[in-house]
Amino acid sequence: MTAFTNIPRQVKEVMEKWNGTTSRRDFLKGSGLLVVSFSAAAIADASLLSAASSPQAAAAAQAAGPYPDPDFRRLDSWIVIHEDSTATFYVGKTDGGQGTGTAFRQMMSDELDIAFDKTSLIMGRTDITVDQGGSGGSDGIETDGQPMRLVAAEARRVLLELASSRFGVPVDQLAVSEGVIIVKADPSKRVTYGDLIGGKRFNVTLTGNNINATTGVAKVKAVQDLKIVGQPLQRYDIPPKVDGSLKWAVDAKVPGMVHARNVRPPVAGAKLISIDESSVRGIPGFVKVVSKGNYVAVVCEREEQAIKASQQLKVEWQKPATQPFPTSEDLYKYIRGATPTSVTRSQTGIPDVTGDPDAALASAAKVIEAEYEFPFQGHTAIGPAHAMADPSNGQMTIWSNDMKSYGLRTGVADFLGMPREQVRVIWQEGPQLYGRTAADDAGFEAAFLAKELGRPVRVQWMRHEETAWDTKGPAFTFKLRGGLDAQGKLIALEYKARTVDYNHVGYNEPETVLIAQLMGRRPTPASGGAAPPSEMYAIPHRRRTTEVVALPLIWETPLRVGNLRDPNGPQTTFAGESFIDELAAAVKADPVEFRLMLLTGSTDDDNSFRRARSLAAVKAAAAEYGWDTRPSPKPLSSGTILTGRGISYCYRNRTIVADIAEVEVNRENGHVWVKRLVCAHDCGLVINPEGLRRTIEGNLLYGLSRALYEEVQFDTEKVTSVDWISHPTLTHTDAPAKIDVVLVNGDPNPNRPDLPPYGAGESACRGMVAAVANAIYDATGVRIRRVPFRSGRVLAALKAARV
Amino acid sequence: MSKITLKVNGRTHTLDIDPSTPLLYILRNDLGLQGPRFGCGLGQCGACTVIIRGAAVRSCIIPTSTIQGVEITTLEGLAKNGTLHPIQQAWIDEQVPQCGFCQNGQIMTTKALLDRNPNPTDAEIRQGMAGTLCRCMTYYRVQAAIKRAAKLLAGARPASGKEVVA
Repeated sequence: MTAFTNIPRQVKEVMEKWNGTTSRRDFLKGSGLLVVSFSAAAIADASLLSAASSPQAAAAAQAAGPYPDPDFRRLDSWIVIHEDSTATFYVGKTDGGQGTGTAFRQMMSDELDIAFDKTSLIMGRTDITVDQGGSGGSDGIETDGQPMRLVAAEARRVLLELASSRFGVPVDQLAVSEGVIIVKADPSKRVTYGDLIGGKRFNVTLTGNNINATTGVAKVKAVQDLKIVGQPLQRYDIPPKVDGSLKWAVDAKVPGMVHARNVRPPVAGAKLISIDESSVRGIPGFVKVVSKGNYVAVVCEREEQAIKASQQLKVEWQKPATQPFPTSEDLYKYIRGATPTSVTRSQTGIPDVTGDPDAALASAAKVIEAEYEFPFQGHTAIGPAHAMADPSNGQMTIWSNDMKSYGLRTGVADFLGMPREQVRVIWQEGPQLYGRTAADDAGFEAAFLAKELGRPVRVQWMRHEETAWDTKGPAFTFKLRGGLDAQGKLIALEYKARTVDYNHVGYNEPETVLIAQLMGRRPTPASGGAAPPSEMYAIPHRRRTTEVVALPLIWETPLRVGNLRDPNGPQTTFAGESFIDELAAAVKADPVEFRLMLLTGSTDDDNSFRRARSLAAVKAAAAEYGWDTRPSPKPLSSGTILTGRGISYCYRNRTIVADIAEVEVNRENGHVWVKRLVCAHDCGLVINPEGLRRTIEGNLLYGLSRALYEEVQFDTEKVTSVDWISHPTLTHTDAPAKIDVVLVNGDPNPNRPDLPPYGAGESACRGMVAAVANAIYDATGVRIRRVPFRSGRVLAALKAARV
Repeated sequence: MSKITLKVNGRTHTLDIDPSTPLLYILRNDLGLQGPRFGCGLGQCGACTVIIRGAAVRSCIIPTSTIQGVEITTLEGLAKNGTLHPIQQAWIDEQVPQCGFCQNGQIMTTKALLDRNPNPTDAEIRQGMAGTLCRCMTYYRVQAAIKRAAKLLAGARPASGKEVVA
């Protein structure tokens, strides 16, 4: 048995440094003598509601429960028209910061024929918005936007019917614009939406076997008739984010609320032996130590007291008998030597084998082989996990930034053994979600603690806890072999991947969230798996296999695998698109030309024209960049700074992306700066072009951070990446000087005026790691096959190659 | 616990608190000023930034006792008489935020940067902002907004008496 400190050594050093610095520098002395009486003003009311709240929302927020599900087959569940002719939309989605809320409002306003600024939107509140599942998979606009459009069109239809009755003229003799209906023949006859139905209910029933199929009688408008969709409107959520008025989930407060902090096992898989509560009882405001299984939390009246108590609490833990995992340095050796738990079949309908890859490789004029390695990467959200739960009135209300708030509600009800109707989740904005808040550990913890204490509890993780214990994107090894014929044509490609994806945690599952694991719950582990790289290359002979391996410790581990923005995409595309470049280089082909050749090797296409749209995207990226046709690498120059460019191409679901990175590599210190980025992006119908551009820019730099910096490091006991020093990320100094985003619409079919919108939240990042690797190769002639490309690794590779 | 006097956004507050408490928790939990947010508690990310004597200060690591009576400005204190500060306006014009959680730090660090260097070069912007992290990676737009804000501020400033009008 060992006594451990509750905070990592690195973090403690930083804290001590700061404490020393601040106490020495008494630089801010002053004398404020004016005394104004003060009361804790920030409590309750305003903080309960989002900026876009309505009277209905306010009423619902104060409702004592229970909270039955809003019925998605009732038009009134989606749209309320007020007496002043404004409208409130209620949708079951959440916005991760990509402006989908604004896009939803644009889509619904357009179909309803109402001015955008006369509308507001409420999202993700399980008691008053229909269950569209929240966010995930970047399909909010693509999938969930369709019923939103249809119900808004239905509301417009009903309003026209009402006006038709009022004026005694058929609907086709009416015109509607911005919430006003007129009789075409006599424009003096006009009525507003507010006059027709303001404050009253539609009482219209919708149909649909499931919420995605919800529809009324009305059809949506043809694309060419849309007026608000396609406009670069400003996001409504940005002003309150800029002036400090937005109430975030992290701001939630109610009277009587106390603060909790967790105390995590200091060694992965450690067992709790004993807790010495006397070590914290003297802390002012101390309320309670709560523990169950290996889950430990301290609760205090004030936040800083809870933090102090969590650091000071003496806990005895027993180390596990076996080592939980290898070190991060030894990880790839471990993966290669492990016995797979399963072989996943392609999840995308792509066959595992086409043609005869063995025979084709045996007969190839040239066979190229390469291996690649991709580490565990964390979410490391800028704000750690947090939630507040209130058990008043025998109900449970949770304020949370859970991207899947509906799943949190169901999961917590199950976890606590409460009826679903007694649990509600009020979604509010939070730090980047990107899959992290779909496994919303803090929501479960807050609810558990609130139930234990019988009073409202706010819980927030500390930085070291978040960086070490959040869910991780899985590590991979890859082995690729390609066979080229005498003409330099790629005839065979074999792709073999291994991923440490066993026991991949799901969405808000009451069995797999961290608190459940620490309390000893042990469901059947998810088998895990990953799709191969997504491309439309015509290669006659192929094999694609992905094997899943497990680390020794699969429960209560900080290396819990979960969904990280574009799960598996950056990893598999790094291998796939690096290797395409290696093949091009082997036959001295230009990387763009080589890809275009592979995309034109067949004229087969699918129902979303992915092949034709891929060709258009690759060409558009090359044209925007001003790509000069030549093989990589370029002849080595003699200067300190070596420049080069690299391309990658991929698709994510039905969105096509071609990324080009231009790099400067410092041959003396190995530092890589991506000076310019070009992204040709085709996500079909664009709802808001400026919003989309910002989303793509962030997406690109997110991929760049994963390429250049991010790696979860660990020793044989614990994760050692615990803060922003031990886990570096992209900073302002890394920002490219120029980013050019080209919005492509490469649909070749002129008979598709209804070209649907596809997702954009996690597509541009997918190919970034490969594009940077290919650019480094172009600049230096050195191929880096292990991620990330931190300067030490790049410098070592340059030296080894005598560059 | 002891009596502490704080001047925040032009208002004075007297509080009975543990004086070693980092300023962040007092601002957020006692004064209801939630522009500054907890990101790391280690002074590494900048999400908690406030301005004290012209400097961008990380409120998560500064003991409240050390800043008694000194004017503290938070994000909520930038707008004057209902008009957004030009930096805030530039942020809206450029549509900078994605999730927005870090943007308090981006904006307040920019304020301190432009106050001491009204016309920074690209390199000075990068260096001045280097320690202010964004995990949605809005850096490119933040830098564009800083340049836009510098222009807005220059336009709002009275012409210098030294300028020669030909």
